[in-house]
Amino acid sequence: MTDPVPEQANAGDPPLLEARDIVKRFTGVLALDRVTLSLRPGEVHALVGENGAGKSTLIKVITGVHRPDEGEVRLAGRTAGFADPLDAQRAGVQAVHQEIGLVPDLSVARNLLLGREPRRALGLIDTRRMHQTAARTLESYGVRVDVRLPLRSLGVGAQQMVALARAVSVDARVVIMDEPTSSLEPREVETLFGVIDRLRGQGIAVIYVSHRLDELYRICDGVTVLRDGRVVHQGALADLDRLRLVSLMLGRDVAQVRSEGVTRFSGAHEASGRPVLEASGLTSRHLLDDVSLTIRPREVVGLGGLLGAGRTETAKAIAGVLPLDAGGVTVAGLPVRRGSATAAVRAGIALLPEDRKAEGIVPTLSVRDNIALAALPRLARAGVVSDARIDRIVETFMKRLRIKATGPHQPVAELSGGNQQKVLLARWLATEPKVLLLDEPTRGIDVGAKAEVQALVDELAEAGLAVLLISSDLEELVEGSDRVVVLRGGAVVGELTGDELTEEGVMTTIAAHTRENAG
Amino acid sequence: MSDTAVALPRPAGARTLAWLQNYGVYAAIAALIVVNIVITPHFISTENLRTQLVQVAPVVIVSLGMALVIGTEGVDLSVGSVMALATALIPLYLGYGVGAAILVALVGGVAVGLVNGSLVAFVNVQPIVATLCLFVGGRGLALVIAGGRLKDVHDTTLLDLGSSSLVGIPLPVVVAAVLTVLVAGVVRRTTFGRQLVAIGGNRTASVLSGLPVRRVLLLVYVLSGLLAAVAGVLATARLQASDPSSLGLLMELSAITAVVVGGTPLTGGRVRVLGTVAGALLIQLVRATLIKHNLPDSVAQMVQAVIILAAVYAARGGTGR
Repeated sequence: MTDPVPEQANAGDPPLLEARDIVKRFTGVLALDRVTLSLRPGEVHALVGENGAGKSTLIKVITGVHRPDEGEVRLAGRTAGFADPLDAQRAGVQAVHQEIGLVPDLSVARNLLLGREPRRALGLIDTRRMHQTAARTLESYGVRVDVRLPLRSLGVGAQQMVALARAVSVDARVVIMDEPTSSLEPREVETLFGVIDRLRGQGIAVIYVSHRLDELYRICDGVTVLRDGRVVHQGALADLDRLRLVSLMLGRDVAQVRSEGVTRFSGAHEASGRPVLEASGLTSRHLLDDVSLTIRPREVVGLGGLLGAGRTETAKAIAGVLPLDAGGVTVAGLPVRRGSATAAVRAGIALLPEDRKAEGIVPTLSVRDNIALAALPRLARAGVVSDARIDRIVETFMKRLRIKATGPHQPVAELSGGNQQKVLLARWLATEPKVLLLDEPTRGIDVGAKAEVQALVDELAEAGLAVLLISSDLEELVEGSDRVVVLRGGAVVGELTGDELTEEGVMTTIAAHTRENAG
Repeated sequence: MSDTAVALPRPAGARTLAWLQNYGVYAAIAALIVVNIVITPHFISTENLRTQLVQVAPVVIVSLGMALVIGTEGVDLSVGSVMALATALIPLYLGYGVGAAILVALVGGVAVGLVNGSLVAFVNVQPIVATLCLFVGGRGLALVIAGGRLKDVHDTTLLDLGSSSLVGIPLPVVVAAVLTVLVAGVVRRTTFGRQLVAIGGNRTASVLSGLPVRRVLLLVYVLSGLLAAVAGVLATARLQASDPSSLGLLMELSAITAVVVGGTPLTGGRVRVLGTVAGALLIQLVRATLIKHNLPDSVAQMVQAVIILAAVYAARGGTGR
């Protein structure tokens, strides 16, 4: 990699990137209020805050998506009024976004080298060289894939690595990572941190946005805490203890945070009765191999495993959206027609998908219509919907799940991630499901909303639902579940209950079988 | 706690844009009418209004179906060919009575819709490709059925459909108005209508939410075919002839224009029924105005292009955040 003179982070260096007194308003709403941020070369700077605190807006101002209303962005001591993201990229400011900005239908190699493909005479793309370069680059990021495959055939984690590799390999001086680990496995996180260390050594400044405290303390030097568009704290991360950081983000009392613990699971509910969900021998070529599991009412069963272990696929198979070669699902003893999402929903199965934006919300519709969507048949008579009944159910769930919106008619796309997630939960609860499949229910939502969603999951299990919980957040998985089924390579490799159910336990189960299979 | 969603007054600029998006078409129509009253002699005459409305009625009817299809993020290019098919079928079955002839014509439209819908919903062919097949094939079939000839239609009952009035309103206009109300009701009040919009907004989410996606898509194309056939029948009655080689030519483009100008995004997820009718009216009004002032149709087409651009620009402005 070719880069400017390597320098180590050091307080004496002039700032590489500076945002000075940035003010940004959206149609009257003050999104950023005199925010200042400065990064030295080689500094990894944590940018934290709840959703709506202004992190995304600040990043968009820095990367030229938005123009600040006041203040300026300076790069290497010079005013940098980026006209658009491309302009920012040319100057060396690269963002790796939460919602990955790549082209899913192009090959991995094309995505990695988009716009910079090696050329032959006549300007044709030199495919062979492109594939070699891409494979080599990705290997250094710990991603070993067939680079000729379309990007969408990769898991989300691997896709994100491609996005990162792409950003970094374009002569970056400042790299902005927005929730880079949200879909990565522990092993991939290690690789990522290795890459970040390398960037640091090359004098590249990194803005690191994450909700995961462990990671922040491991990798970041400085921190900026935003709340309601203002900087509420700025300084070295080492000088700030965790509890204080959380309380700064939440704007709540330290004592309160302490009493509430880290996750909001009580773990108190007790499963009872016969299994309401029985999945047996779920098999789908290359994806699932004879997966069986049962969930009883009032029980939360976690699905553990690395990326690509088949957790999402298991949930989708149960929900009837993954074609199966063998196996079947029964709900309360009755078989559910295979391969039909409609039949699954009618049987009482609800799937909260991993990718909220692509698979969950209908962005053109209001909060109200999004909530009513799955329950429409039961809110209608002879195909004609009853507005009164919809209003009633929408009001009930908006209140019960504490959905923050200006009203039921606000477009759902305007809501924060956490509130969108609650809208999706409401959509399912309105169908009065028996089984709730939650795929990464707290991914990419802020700390406060995360706690609320966790508390809700608890509440719903206690109310008698059978819950399947998929989470890459090991702590959440262990504390939220009564039982964890561990998957690997699409097959069940272990089950943990009671005292065995610890983070170490889950990791050991995954690791043990990994070694066994490898050896 | 995060408080990103709080109602705040929008500044004047955004409000104007939002207003334009929602009511721009209606405002444009109103403005054009006022201008015409001032500058065009005899514009406000009953005769002229009747002519304008009768001319626009088939476009409105076809556009209603098109709006539904576009709401699902699809498009139906075959509507003009369906009109041709309908008009070709009518003379063949007039011997069995007007009712039978009309029924056969409508069944023809439904059949084309079934093929379109099946290709889109079950075979996963892209809508533009699926309906392109019937755009080409449908008119071909119509010409074969008609023996490639223009036939005069003499059946008085059928001709009455095109020329008689109900309480002073031409029958085609009444039909268009009734269908508009029906389609608006379907979109707003039925499960099918709500599901259609959701499928257009996010198909994956709709599948995961257990919506009968295929059934809805199939029905949408069937409705579009049916409505196009109705338009074909009315046009046949008004023209007093069955001419499958020219009836409904470029109708798909007029319909798409009406839908887009009316504020329904081509990306689906939203259907504006009244807006669509207004869109059709606006285009008709522009054309009539220019023609009345002796400007050629080609100028009208260019003005049409400007209106489409303006509509698309206004629609984009609201989502450009």
